[in-house]
Amino acid sequence: MASIGAVATAPLRARKAGENSPASIGFLVTLWVAVAVAMICLLTLLVTAFVDGYPRLDGALFTRYSSRVIPETAGARAAILGSMWVIGTTALLAIPLGIAAGVYLEEFADEQRWYNRLIEVNLQNLAAVPAIVYGMLTAGFALAIGLERRVVLAGAIALSLLILPVIIITTREALRAVPAEIRQGSLALGATPLQTVWRQTLPSALPGVATGTILALSRALGEAAPLLLLGGLVFVSYDPNGLMSGFTTLPIQIFSWTGQPQEEFQELASAAIIVLLGLLLLMNALAIIIRNRYQRHW
Amino acid sequence: MTSLRPGRSGPPDGPSIRRQSPRYGERAVMALLLAAGALSVVVTVGIVVALLFPALDFFREIPVWEFLSGTRWAPTFADPSFGVWPLITGTIWTTVIGLLVAVPIGLAAAIYLAEYADPRVRKVLKPALEVLAGIPSVVYGYFALVFVAPELLNDLLHVEVGTYSVLAAGLVLGIMIIPTIASLSEDSLTAVPQSLRQGSLALGANRMRTTLRVVFPAAISGIAASVVLGLSRAVGETMIVALAAGTQAQVVSSPTTPGQTMTGYIAQTATGESTPGTLTYNTLFAVGLLLFVITLVINIISIRLVRRFREAY
Amino acid sequence: MNRSALCKAAVPAAVLSLTLVACGGQSEGSSDTGSGVSGEVVTDGSSTVEPLTAVAGELFKEENPDVNVSVGTAGTGGGFEKFCIGDTDISNASRPIEAGEKKICEKNGIDYTELHVANDALTVVVSADNDFVTCLTTDELQTLWEPAAEDEITTWDQVNPDFPAEEIELYGPGTDSGTFDYFTDEINGEEGASRSDYNASEDDNVIVQGVSGSQYALGYFGFSYYEENADTLKAVEIDSGDGCVAPSAESAQDGTYTPLARPLFIYPSNSAVEDKPQVSSFIDFYAQNDDSIAETAEFIPLNEEQQATLEQAASELTGS
Repeated sequence: MASIGAVATAPLRARKAGENSPASIGFLVTLWVAVAVAMICLLTLLVTAFVDGYPRLDGALFTRYSSRVIPETAGARAAILGSMWVIGTTALLAIPLGIAAGVYLEEFADEQRWYNRLIEVNLQNLAAVPAIVYGMLTAGFALAIGLERRVVLAGAIALSLLILPVIIITTREALRAVPAEIRQGSLALGATPLQTVWRQTLPSALPGVATGTILALSRALGEAAPLLLLGGLVFVSYDPNGLMSGFTTLPIQIFSWTGQPQEEFQELASAAIIVLLGLLLLMNALAIIIRNRYQRHW
Repeated sequence: MTSLRPGRSGPPDGPSIRRQSPRYGERAVMALLLAAGALSVVVTVGIVVALLFPALDFFREIPVWEFLSGTRWAPTFADPSFGVWPLITGTIWTTVIGLLVAVPIGLAAAIYLAEYADPRVRKVLKPALEVLAGIPSVVYGYFALVFVAPELLNDLLHVEVGTYSVLAAGLVLGIMIIPTIASLSEDSLTAVPQSLRQGSLALGANRMRTTLRVVFPAAISGIAASVVLGLSRAVGETMIVALAAGTQAQVVSSPTTPGQTMTGYIAQTATGESTPGTLTYNTLFAVGLLLFVITLVINIISIRLVRRFREAY
Repeated sequence: MNRSALCKAAVPAAVLSLTLVACGGQSEGSSDTGSGVSGEVVTDGSSTVEPLTAVAGELFKEENPDVNVSVGTAGTGGGFEKFCIGDTDISNASRPIEAGEKKICEKNGIDYTELHVANDALTVVVSADNDFVTCLTTDELQTLWEPAAEDEITTWDQVNPDFPAEEIELYGPGTDSGTFDYFTDEINGEEGASRSDYNASEDDNVIVQGVSGSQYALGYFGFSYYEENADTLKAVEIDSGDGCVAPSAESAQDGTYTPLARPLFIYPSNSAVEDKPQVSSFIDFYAQNDDSIAETAEFIPLNEEQQATLEQAASELTGS
């Protein structure tokens, strides 16, 4: 290391190169400035949305439908309910599958077998595939089995596929954190591996799994790209009433309103953004509470 | 901590209690779990198939070479052209601008958090970064269209842009991927053992030198992985470019002009909804396949880098 | 402790699902107000006509809360594609149905009725900040938009030497749009003949946003989109040989705004009208309240003669 050698042989330079040298301070200031820029961006974004949208944040937003006639009294009711329906269905699809896959991969799969290693690599790739590709996959799948694309079920399938890798990976990490002694104790008492997992390992890992799942769902809540591909941009002014019903979601509604040039629609978009961010904040807070209160530190 | 798998390496002698009562229910459950695990492979195969077949239909009519090298993208017009290069330039411009924003800021935040920040600052900064990470991309797109283009660029900085430009989209794209780069870089910086830092400080280097000359190079593969991951996210991002970059598929030569990215084209065409089976519909999948392949290559590189950084310590 | 954690998770989950069921169930089985029709009316097609049909749907829903009218914007061409395979009940169109589309409809046994529901003055717009364009001749428009202009005509002074030498930003509908078909047919002489290097979008709002944000931009779309955004856009007067004429309800109706005045249509499927009472009811409503619908949506209404024809055709179709 040339620099350390140089410093060692020129001790007087150390005074200039100390913690308060211009270069050091300059470096620290640069870091501060960069971080400040990031924080300013965040604040500007939140303030812009809040200031524009606050006037529209009233009961009407939750009870009225989107309108082309009177933007002054339009609301995001269809979008809010649509989001709840789609996320609810996504949770029902993705959580059991994800946890089951995570349990299998972590507890039962033999790492030496080639197909298990393939699954591992595959998962990491899938977690980084662009969201819109999942929409294309679901569109193709729906076409192949004759399912209508514009329905809640198709949207839920697309989002489930999107967050499945994330749930699997976080389940595995949560299971990995459970010490071997727990498993060994259970097996020593005569339980089968499956009983061990079901009664000891998984419950111990539950807080971590719950946290990861809620975070994955909150990501699904904010996604619009896969649903666009399923024809979610049609002007919807009714509540969803089943898995086979048409739908729209908050992000799609925001996308649609943002694209409309009149001032009133920009305000509506900001109000909807406030609602969406509020929902996400709630979900993330829930995840953090679970993590802090229930997480075991072995 | 690895879990024990007693089924494989059970006791060598003595009666095995398990064999006395085969539990069929258990085997069924195990099979189900295996199926769940295999689902991820099915999904990947599904993606490839769903993209590949229509894309192959497309390439039967338009040779791959023409697709990859042509500079005019006008699939629906009377004199159609299918050169995807304009979409690629759109993606390149937005991604590069995004990285130019995200890499310096993200790395600075990571270095600050890992090396300099005291606990009070960390308490504010880390959650703030997580908030940035959690904001949906459609909100970023709104921000680009409503604030960045008209007010920041036109009014404040006097950069003349229209409503749509790759610059506005790229800047906001950069803001979006700051947390990705910052968190993964911070992880890899904190993973560098204290002994390296202490050694450097003991030899008289100040913190800045230690950070730049010792810690940073030691963490380089994790940092590179974070940049590559940020790159992958930027390439695959749809909503920001759909709202703010424009719909003009041209070879982008200046950041203040509109441009269309691969993802933007997919979003636009998909919402327009052409009939399955037509050439226009298949362009969707040809571009989708290209996008998938590009992000796949980027992701493989990133995974390799992460593995190297995780193994180093 | 794990049990209680699970129980704690179960309670909000149960609440959530109950809420969903309650909310979802509201749209069915509610009280019968209005004429008591219920169900869906699926429409798709022109983005020019979309605001009109969407407004009609909303006003109809006020009297018939159990009917959901959905309006897509796949473009006139895209709308007909879906209509002629039976996917939609009504096709919105900013140009008449073409021979090729007629054949496909025939082949699939889809009979339809052409209803002329509004007039339009296809408007060429520039930004309100644009201070050098007031009027363009049809020749200048052709120079600007014909296929030969691609990559060639890039600055304003190439259109007219009096204009500044600034780069033009062009916005317009995509090729599925009836507006595109109509404009290219009238200005460039051949339907579908156009340069391709512009911001093409089936969503007219994109065009509005694009043009209003750039001083040197130009675009074209249906009149209602100009009316709704008159504060950020400027309508260009068109000179087709007899002087500059600005688009307006009057100039469209009396024929002085040539060649860009055109009729707007909806094409209900005859079998949908027969089989679905909500579609039939909707068509009746549309025809009878056409002028107030047009006024609310800021469209150019029909003149008296056209209105009478519409009501006649509609009542023949629905048998009322």
